[in-house]
Amino acid sequence: MADLIGSKIERKEDRKFLTGKGRYTADINLPRQTYAYFVRSPHARAKITKVDHSKAMKAPGVIDVFTGDCVVKDKVGGLICGWKIVSQDGKDMKCPPHPVLAKDSVNFVGDHVAVVVAETLEQAKNAAELVNVSYKIQKAVIKTEEATSFENIHEGIDNNLSFDFLLGDKGKTNEAFSKADKIVKLDVVNNRLIPNAMEPRAAIGDYNASSDELTLYTASQNPHLDRLIMSAFNAVHPEHKFRIVAPDVGGGFGSKINVYAEDVVVAYASKKIGRPVKWVAERSESFMSDNHGRDHVTHAELALNSDSKIIGLKVDTIANLGAYSLVLAAVTPTYLYAPLLLGIYDIPTACCTVKGVYTNTAPTDAYRGAGRPEATYVIERIVTEAAKEIGMDQAEFRKKNFIKKFPHQQCLVHNIDSGNYDAHLDKAIELSDYKNFENRRSQSAKKGKLRGIGFSTYFEACGVAPSAVVMSIGAGVGLWESAEIRFNPTGNVSVFTGTHSHGQGHDTTFAQIVGDKLGVAIENIDIVHGDTDKGPFGMGTYGSRSLAVGGTAIVNACDKIIAKGKKVAAKMLEGKPEDIDFKGGEFILKNSNKKKTIGEVAFACYLPGTFGDVKSPLPEGVEPGLIETSFFDPSNFSFPSGSHICEVEIDKETGETKLVKYTVVDDFGTVINPLVVEGQVYGGVAQGVGQALYENAHYDESGQLTSASYMDYTMPRADNFPQIKIDYTCTPATSNPLGAKGCGEAGTIAAPAAVMNAVIDAVGTDVQMPATAEKVWKALKKNGSKKAAA
Amino acid sequence: MKNFNFKSPTNTKEAAKLYTGKATFLAGGMSLLPAMKLRLAAYSDLINIKKIKTLSGIKISSKSLRIGATTTHAEVAASKEVEKTISSLSKLADGIGDPQVRNRGTIGGSIANNDPAADYPSACLALNAIINTSKRKIPADKFFKGMFETDLKKGELIESVEFEVPEKSGYAKFPNPASRYAVVGVYVSKLKSGIRVAITGAAHSVFRSKELEEALTNNFSPSSIDNVKIGSKGLNSDIHASAEYRAHIIKVMAKKAVSSC
Repeated sequence: MADLIGSKIERKEDRKFLTGKGRYTADINLPRQTYAYFVRSPHARAKITKVDHSKAMKAPGVIDVFTGDCVVKDKVGGLICGWKIVSQDGKDMKCPPHPVLAKDSVNFVGDHVAVVVAETLEQAKNAAELVNVSYKIQKAVIKTEEATSFENIHEGIDNNLSFDFLLGDKGKTNEAFSKADKIVKLDVVNNRLIPNAMEPRAAIGDYNASSDELTLYTASQNPHLDRLIMSAFNAVHPEHKFRIVAPDVGGGFGSKINVYAEDVVVAYASKKIGRPVKWVAERSESFMSDNHGRDHVTHAELALNSDSKIIGLKVDTIANLGAYSLVLAAVTPTYLYAPLLLGIYDIPTACCTVKGVYTNTAPTDAYRGAGRPEATYVIERIVTEAAKEIGMDQAEFRKKNFIKKFPHQQCLVHNIDSGNYDAHLDKAIELSDYKNFENRRSQSAKKGKLRGIGFSTYFEACGVAPSAVVMSIGAGVGLWESAEIRFNPTGNVSVFTGTHSHGQGHDTTFAQIVGDKLGVAIENIDIVHGDTDKGPFGMGTYGSRSLAVGGTAIVNACDKIIAKGKKVAAKMLEGKPEDIDFKGGEFILKNSNKKKTIGEVAFACYLPGTFGDVKSPLPEGVEPGLIETSFFDPSNFSFPSGSHICEVEIDKETGETKLVKYTVVDDFGTVINPLVVEGQVYGGVAQGVGQALYENAHYDESGQLTSASYMDYTMPRADNFPQIKIDYTCTPATSNPLGAKGCGEAGTIAAPAAVMNAVIDAVGTDVQMPATAEKVWKALKKNGSKKAAA
Repeated sequence: MKNFNFKSPTNTKEAAKLYTGKATFLAGGMSLLPAMKLRLAAYSDLINIKKIKTLSGIKISSKSLRIGATTTHAEVAASKEVEKTISSLSKLADGIGDPQVRNRGTIGGSIANNDPAADYPSACLALNAIINTSKRKIPADKFFKGMFETDLKKGELIESVEFEVPEKSGYAKFPNPASRYAVVGVYVSKLKSGIRVAITGAAHSVFRSKELEEALTNNFSPSSIDNVKIGSKGLNSDIHASAEYRAHIIKVMAKKAVSSC
């Protein structure tokens, strides 16, 4: 089984998903189930003067209606910010109250005001139309850059400023800039995105009065964290009597990290009415009320010396938090963003400020990449502009400034353990046939098309995260991970992981690791996740952490199994534990032909009695059973990196951009299953291309979300893509025994800059994301008139 | 979706009789059903006309092409006769929505709904179509009244659409990247009676462009469009395209349509 690591094994879970046998929260129906429908704010900002639900209460099938008053009376806690940031003046960030049902005010279109619980969904919806909420409408602030000059939308939060964050040394950076031979300046907007997981959010609360147990089925990336938050902060139910099940989950991308109001409310309502309460988001609710992503406005400056070396970086960003601060809302645009602005360049000094502002829009939070796509976009755009301004080749300028020696302590936060940046860039240059690009440009010109090329040489910090580090900078929890390996008496294995698979392919990848370590066939290995009643507490899946952190916990648990197995095998083989080797699923006594398979040893562990002549195989002091648990806390982040090279063709007449060539070379350290990794890269690139060319969450001036359906919000589709070429280089991570670095977000992190650098190369002037046909056409027109004037 | 009565008549007389209260006809349901699901529309009675056999099918004569109201976009796109007679029309049908929409959506439903960004209304105007209803024959020029508004009276049912077979015709669409409706769609035709240019997606309802018709009457070639001035006044401006951009795209699509003739 030793060749399992690195094998292209088809995903074990695909059969059920592709044949419609997946079991999502919406597929679960419980006896005596009721249905919840939420009354949401149609206004971006308003005071609630009255909620009259008397008519709704009398409507057919209605069991109960809950409002903001009810949750206050029953002391249901509000939603929390899980990672708090300190401003540069030493003060804590400001978080407004975020009740699960609004009582006094609403702050974005879709804000949750009341819930109707009825016998059928139709009855709940009909009755919801009868809930009469009186609003006093107020002027809303929508635009990121205008938030601080608008009146306070939350009491006590002046200038709508949650925090004013600083990272780096301002004095040293200014000094470097004063010595610069060249300063490159850039303004970029990172557009707001809507996550659009294929499965909309859903939740079922199920309270059992006889056992006083509460079960919540919910589409979540991290059921244990949800339970912790809901018992400790929302006071829904005590943790030991509270079970959260996140069954099959159809995509998260960060949008299913948060405990949402709907989770808390269905759990609470189930306790109140003593029956299960089910809620499934309609797609329009997903658009309005899932956390949104990105939404930054940034000014950046890069200082160069006369030798074309980068000597300093300054970045000032305004990050739109939306109406409230969600669980990772503050850390995403600060610690997950600012340190990454250095990219893979040897930059001696830098500083970055981030203003986190509140507006009357859907709250933002982590979205695939979380902070890193925003940072990569800034550095990869400005590095490209710098090379252009000094007339140097894109690749040459990058290589000249790459970090060459490892480990490398960056000037902001990260200590990068390993990497070889020239290697992946060289490989990408070769694969993309960079040297013949100008020929391809001329060919395109003959067809009347403008061709452009763009580079993005990214890195990211994955494997979140060393608990001591993250807790020292405001995280409310440590970010270790757990694993438990249970050998069953018949020799098959149940592996419990605290991570959660919602598309990542853990059932296959983790089984490969266990199969490789223990010599068990992967069909005899079951990966169990997503149920707080089954495995030990775990932190869930986000930040490309599952393999580097969760996978390592699994490896460590396997090592414990082998250590115990050796003791038992020694007794069975009449040798000493130190003389037992374990290889390919067999315990072998050195210098003999005596051996026992791991299945035999596991069986023996469960049958420690004496049967006739057979004495117990368990040595004295060794407990029966073969179950081992491990908790792994990494010593450092892991640092994947890679090179993307993108080519586009632009139609001069319409401004339409077509992706014509895309090359990726990634260094993910050890790759367990190249097939799973390829899937992650394709999907990630598609999502990044979506941000660059198509996707845009748009609010009008009054705060109505005008891109609230697939009629108006453009998702990337298969016919938008050429075949993407993918290859790898490998420098193993030193922070975990697998050498794995993380791959789940890389495509989304690198692609926007690669695509936009190509678009801007073709157009010859600045364009902001998304590069829609009209924007490109206008830029071409502007550029044309500029050229004509010159 | 609110509750409603569902009726499936097998002939048009029965359909007319069943039309009572706050009723509406249901063909493919590709626009009606989403609107009802979102509770933007509610009816007491849905009269399903898909069981009325006489409303479906394609019939060709030397001068005209008649398409039954419940004929789906996929059927029109796949029809060899349509391709032979008016190939631009099969191209148009093949570019509506996505495969699911084309398999359910119907020509009658499309023009009765008169979505300002729908494709078929432009074909009706450009090919001087007659809309045959349960009560009368309506020339396309008088049929499309405004945004989602037609000349149809309450309970009046479209039975078929009769297109004039042109000497030449072409359709070019600049699709909305999200919905793939037309941001601008231009249908150009050379009929016995003259040149027609119909534009969809650009304004509150489909319309004919006098400027483009004049230019193409003088010289039916893409280059004759270069000097035409298309103003942005009266054109739509939304998150997908400004009026200025739409005005520009009208010319680009018109040239493309003429080139494809």
